Amino acid sequence: MASRKQAFIGGMKAGIPIALGYFAVSFTFGMMAVQAGLTVWQSTLISLTNLTSAGQFASLSIITAGGSLVELALNQFVINLRYMLMSFSVSQKLDRRYPFFHKFFVAFGITDEIYGASASRPGKNSPWYHYGAMALAIPGWTIGTLVGAAAGEILPAIVMSALSVAIYGMFLAIIIPPAKKNHFLWIVILSAMALGAIFKYVPGLNKISSGFVIIIITVLVSALAAIIRPIREEDGHAD
Amino acid sequence: MQISIYLYILVMAVVTYLVRAVPLLLSRKQITNTFIKSFLFYMPYACLAAMTFPAILGATSYLISGIVGFVAACIAAYLERSMITVALIACAAVFVTEQIIRWVA
Repeated sequence: MASRKQAFIGGMKAGIPIALGYFAVSFTFGMMAVQAGLTVWQSTLISLTNLTSAGQFASLSIITAGGSLVELALNQFVINLRYMLMSFSVSQKLDRRYPFFHKFFVAFGITDEIYGASASRPGKNSPWYHYGAMALAIPGWTIGTLVGAAAGEILPAIVMSALSVAIYGMFLAIIIPPAKKNHFLWIVILSAMALGAIFKYVPGLNKISSGFVIIIITVLVSALAAIIRPIREEDGHAD
Repeated sequence: MQISIYLYILVMAVVTYLVRAVPLLLSRKQITNTFIKSFLFYMPYACLAAMTFPAILGATSYLISGIVGFVAACIAAYLERSMITVALIACAAVFVTEQIIRWVA
């Protein structure tokens, strides 16, 4: 029992900075969701049930455009596919002495940040470590959305305009630093952006909805990169 | 016929959960196929880059402030500031640019 408690508290310690960061980003999600026409309750429900940044932001444009459920499902699948890699990695590191049912709950809390915290610990992880981090991260993400959605109805336009770029800043902070070490990533990043511009501005291609554009670019660029430059072990995921 | 918001939310929640749960529930060994490993390694970079650009240019009230926010975020990210710092620098750059635009106009 004592070790469960220790693991839980350890997870909560990692969860404090994660929850604060989540609050800030999900605040802007809540704000944009309300701007997109969702209610405060619907925006909050999305955050509580999805617990993911990129996927949720991408879903807004599909929902407002009245996109199909297939488009939404494929889009979320591709954007969140990175969690599969993390999930594989978590399964290697999870202490097998705990009952199987824990995996159902641990899975819900696999995010970039919680994965990062658990992967950087030495040795096997208790599911209770994950629960400790989730106990703060999930409320941080959900309450941030609630507050942002409520504030989104009263914030002035100039503040909303400024806050709406926060998520893109986060994305750039994730993808640019590793490219300084692995220069091939510059090519991957710049090709994806260049294709994004082509799909946005070239007549004909700009008819394709943004949800599908992300799928097409991600699959195309990653597949080409994997063929041109298969990863060696030392490039691999930092775990 | 309009699709209910709640149906959208249900679909995205289920897909996202399955992506997270299936490998954890089923995996007994590491992925060994080099192509799949490489594909999964490159994917976050391609995906987040495609989501960022050119969408960031249309997120703000003016094209110019979007460009300034994008450049500011790229520089801050290159200098390896934390995620929250980069996000706030991008927001501040957009805010200041739009104040200047309104003041000039």
